[in-house]
Amino acid sequence: MNIKGYIRERFFPHLWCPGCGHGIVLNSLLRAIDQLGMNKNELVMVSGIGCSSRISGYVDFHSLHTLHGRALAFATGVKLSRPELNVIVPMGDGDALAIGGNHFIHACRRNIAMTAIVMNNRIYGMTGGQFSPLSGYGIQATTAPYGNIDHDFDVVQLSMSAGASFVARTTTYHAKEMIDIFKQAILHDGFSVVEVLSQCPTYFGRRNKMGSAADMMESFKNNTTRIGSKAKEENPNLLERGVFVRKDIPEYCAEYDKIIGNAMKGHK
Amino acid sequence: MNSNIRFVQGNEACVEAALYAGLDFFAGYPITPSTEIAEHLSYRLPEIGGKFIQMEDEIASICAIVGASLTGHKVMTATSGPGFSLMQEGLGYAIMAEIPCVIVNVQRGGPSTGLPTSVSQGDVFQARWGAHGDHSIIALTASNHQDVFSITVEAFNMAETYRTPVILLFDEVIGHMRERLVVPEKGEIALVDRLRTSVKEGVDYHPYLPREDGRLPMSDFGGIHRYNVTGLAHDMWGFPTNNPNIVHGLMRHLVDKIQSHVNTITRYKEFYTQDAECLLISYGSSARSALHVVENRRARGERIGLLELQTLWPFPYAMIREKCDKARHIVVVEMNMGQVVRAVKQAVDRPDRVVLANRIDGSFITPTDIKNILRLIQGKGV
Ligand SMILES: Cc1ncc(C[n+]2csc(CCOP(=O)(O)OP(=O)(O)O)c2C)c(N)n1
Ligand code: SF4
Repeated sequence: MNIKGYIRERFFPHLWCPGCGHGIVLNSLLRAIDQLGMNKNELVMVSGIGCSSRISGYVDFHSLHTLHGRALAFATGVKLSRPELNVIVPMGDGDALAIGGNHFIHACRRNIAMTAIVMNNRIYGMTGGQFSPLSGYGIQATTAPYGNIDHDFDVVQLSMSAGASFVARTTTYHAKEMIDIFKQAILHDGFSVVEVLSQCPTYFGRRNKMGSAADMMESFKNNTTRIGSKAKEENPNLLERGVFVRKDIPEYCAEYDKIIGNAMKGHK
Repeated sequence: MNSNIRFVQGNEACVEAALYAGLDFFAGYPITPSTEIAEHLSYRLPEIGGKFIQMEDEIASICAIVGASLTGHKVMTATSGPGFSLMQEGLGYAIMAEIPCVIVNVQRGGPSTGLPTSVSQGDVFQARWGAHGDHSIIALTASNHQDVFSITVEAFNMAETYRTPVILLFDEVIGHMRERLVVPEKGEIALVDRLRTSVKEGVDYHPYLPREDGRLPMSDFGGIHRYNVTGLAHDMWGFPTNNPNIVHGLMRHLVDKIQSHVNTITRYKEFYTQDAECLLISYGSSARSALHVVENRRARGERIGLLELQTLWPFPYAMIREKCDKARHIVVVEMNMGQVVRAVKQAVDRPDRVVLANRIDGSFITPTDIKNILRLIQGKGV
């Protein structure tokens, strides 16, 4: 299908700033869905609140734009009540891991088959550039005018230790790799987390003197490497990209169906 | 023997009624004195192919039921004070996005963690105004298990009819007390099914364009119409907008769809009110003590009656005004520092006739508590 077949042109132009990484995530996601040949009527996108979360308005799926941080909780209700649907949950870094941090770790642990995408621009874009739990030490933000003293999470490690059965990382520079990772995440029969390093040139970039959007993407190229690459051995500071975990553990909705089977038998 | 006769807690009566009404998805988080609702449903729902999930908190619980309602299910959550506070954000979402759902609050003593195992009716105004912003809400209550059953079924019916969250405001005494319940036969109480759109595939469906009667036919997530749902102010497509005309229309619709049906939504019971010079007004478990007083005094020939409210919100101002018209004294019996009494004072002419008989210490209000107030009014001293 033409990629335009997956968007609601009526609601364009989108609200993202020129150079914002969130549009690249949308692009790669739609291509992944197209390549998987998914039926739009079986696709639900659930998002929270933030620039990133506006993504759900633009896709021609069933779309649920919810509350700041709560997307995974709403998505849990959608998926468990109708497991045949494919549920994709894009979130901002603040959305997913500050206000939504509790829902996030419990979703990882519960292992309901859906795809969580953390669009990590290390800043609160929508509210104008406050630091997020992904900003990291030393970063400048409107609420950290003297430099941030909060330490950041590592989304990949956090997801793994919370029990997510599929965990991956990629960046907006690696749009093709992102398509491939999204496809694997969507096909995974369990809770999948994909962290996408995304750029907010308007707030994060400008405050931290990172240059243009293209410069910021360039830095994703220079500061990351594939999992297990030689480059990582030579420069341990590089951030790894790729699929970190893929575990085959019982999926929640399938387990619940077994409970239903037993309960109904017991009743007869 | 009739196998429909049960001896249960109020919480279980609520569960049986919810199942009778078609509940098939529940998400919740344990909290006294509502926990039995979750416990029973964790057992009962899978027996009928329904789903129960224990979430990480009450915020997640209300969000999960909204998600499940959108796929076409009848949904409920149950909680008490602190959990009800956490649910206000999601409640506002369900109001704004017009998602049918039922929220049970088995009230306990507050504020904060308060009195977890004691009775209170302190959340009446929180049910009305807990969610931020202008809105309208339906909140219902009951004083005995048979009524808990029928009002719970009503709650599901109203949630579907008005596309709105409905709050069941029970209290600890009702939730935990055991008494007889006769489970009605199938069909004895009419059920309202979801109104679904008849718009065909390929034709534009406007999820937020009200019909002439104000109702909004729904389409299930996973069905043939793909649309957007948001808690932002939105247009007929469900797409965010801040166009003042559209926002004005939306706000009016959200409030009017409930306020213009006050008469249909109002449920109450009357005991000896016809010629009552002294009218007690009560609701929930307090109404049991109030009725006891009324029956005793009637037996002695006093002109005293009871008006028991089952619909608390939207408040039935006109009905109250009419019923109170001839009364010399109006005594509102409730277990808080004066919540429904305020609304009653607003409703009636000569509000100086209205006094409060209450109890705020976690103990159940007794007939003696009420009699003491009556003696004061009647100049007899306590
Ligand atoms: C309960 C609540 N608190 C705060 C906000 C305000 N708010 C909206 S978006 C946002 C942060 C957005 O940052 P992020 O999730 O990282 O997404 P981005 O905008 O950067 O894509 C905040 C704090 C809100 N909408 N709701
Ligand atoms: S503020 Fe930042 S995150 Fe938001 S749209 Fe602009 S560039 Fe993107």
